[in-house]
Amino acid sequence: MIRLEHVTKSYPTSTRPALDDVTVEIDKGEFVFLVGSSGSGKSTFLRLLLKEEVPTGGHVHVAGKDLHKLSSWKVPALRRSIGCVFQDFRLLPNKTVSQNVAFALEVIGKPRSVVDKVVPEVLELVGLDGKGKRMPDELSGGEQQRVAVARAFVNRPMILLADEPTGNLDPSTSVGIMKLLDRINRTGTTVVMATHDAAIVDSMRRRVVELSDGRVVRDQSRGVYGYGA
Amino acid sequence: MRAQFVLSEIGIGLRRNLTMTIAVVVTVAISLALFGSGLLIRAQVEAMKDFWYDKVEVSVYLCGESSQAATCGGAAVTQQQRDEIQADLEAMPEVDTVFYESQEEAYAQFREQFEDSPDLVENVTAEALPESFRVKLEDPTQFAIVASAFAQRPGVEEVQDQKALLEGFFNVLNKLQLIALIIAGVQVVAAVLLISNTIRVAAFSRRRETGIMRLVGASNLYIQLPFLLEGVLAGLVGAGFAAGALVAVKAVLVDGQLRPNFPVIAFIGWSDVLAILPWLFLTGMLLAGLSSFVTLRRHLRV
Ligand SMILES: Nc1ncnc2c1ncn2[C@@H]1O[C@H](COP(=O)(O)OP(=O)(O)OP(=O)(O)O)[C@@H](O)[C@H]1O
Ligand SMILES: [Mg+2]
Repeated sequence: MIRLEHVTKSYPTSTRPALDDVTVEIDKGEFVFLVGSSGSGKSTFLRLLLKEEVPTGGHVHVAGKDLHKLSSWKVPALRRSIGCVFQDFRLLPNKTVSQNVAFALEVIGKPRSVVDKVVPEVLELVGLDGKGKRMPDELSGGEQQRVAVARAFVNRPMILLADEPTGNLDPSTSVGIMKLLDRINRTGTTVVMATHDAAIVDSMRRRVVELSDGRVVRDQSRGVYGYGA
Repeated sequence: MRAQFVLSEIGIGLRRNLTMTIAVVVTVAISLALFGSGLLIRAQVEAMKDFWYDKVEVSVYLCGESSQAATCGGAAVTQQQRDEIQADLEAMPEVDTVFYESQEEAYAQFREQFEDSPDLVENVTAEALPESFRVKLEDPTQFAIVASAFAQRPGVEEVQDQKALLEGFFNVLNKLQLIALIIAGVQVVAAVLLISNTIRVAAFSRRRETGIMRLVGASNLYIQLPFLLEGVLAGLVGAGFAAGALVAVKAVLVDGQLRPNFPVIAFIGWSDVLAILPWLFLTGMLLAGLSSFVTLRRHLRV
């Protein structure tokens, strides 16, 4: 599903590469934690999968496509097969919960009838049924992140990328979000999640890829956050 | 593509940048109004040419008793010279018709023309006015041929082209047209810069939305179309104002003021104005559309 071959990424403004000769393969339906200290290249890793950035060297394959060969007008199609969740939720503050989720469908041209049917379904899936008419600032952080997950998943993507989705949430709310991501993973969706949250990684016991200064220093199935744990 | 969605995005965008949008509309309107004025002036010159070139004549003035010209030799034209000149004029292929105006006829015409100034009429006698041949040419631009054939002939005092008088007037109009088009050009540059700046601000103020759109895989077209249409809409509204200004100029200035005061001059008709209007809208649309498009290519990349 996702394959990185000797991928190097150097930003023009920094001397040290953000990713350095990274080779990782992730199969369909896997759940992978991406861990490592700040600046180790986790977000860069995820951005490469979306072709928001292009690697300086090596090849990135996502959903059977070599991103190097993917022409720019096909990038939107790639992104439709990938859902994204971020630490800062990225909701539109002037739209209701339902409208926020519907927005993701409208902008890819889905007809009204589909939007009306699918949005309540996915809100129910993330445990927000009945809150569709609320504005984002009338929700708790955990609820806002659920809206973001709903938006990422409403198009039923093959891959879900999450960049520190629990970074702004307290531990018990985080557990709720993790249960949700786990449920989404069980529907067959590949999930890649960058995180600093040791407790979550340790309790889930999924594959862990650790980056350090842009290099893969550990790739462990059913791993934990750090060696010491 | 969901039209309703795109339309609501345009509405949001226009309201968010109302002052900038107004600035764009005004600049586009001014530049297009000047551009249209330039075109109207040209139409006016053409209308006058059509009208006058049919009527302009070449006047071959003949020597009188007091003529100073070298070709006259201090004497009035003789009957023989007069007959020869007329015969030669009529024989020229460029000449359509030849009409003789005697001193008395010239005087009658003069009196009629200046009947409001009796002083002038009293001080001029028929003898002071030259007799002439009024020559109508097949093609009014062929004046030089007639002039070179007759200017140096004995008995001819002067060959005068009425078209030359008109040309002086046309030159003034052409200069006006040039000035209007130059100012229009400067305004077009200002409009392009304003539009590109407006689009940039709009793209920046909606970066949250466009960021999400890119992430969920909206196509470039879908992301950029609302901005593009905003620009085009502002351009069209500007063109609308410019069109209104031109219609007002035609109705108030040309029909209301000039035509009653200068009944002998041919003025542009509504068909001339109507022919220009589509160009205003097209130019406004392309101007705004292209500058938006170029700006978007640079500031809203996938
Ligand atoms: N747009 C950019 N331009 C230049 N350098 C960048 C850019 N984005 C990231 N970097 C650099 O690349 C390296 C990796 O950054 P990245 O954001 O991938 O780290 P991260 O693992 O996500 O960190 P964190 O845990 O703090 O989010 C860092 O050294 C960072 O300074
Ligand atoms: Mg990061």
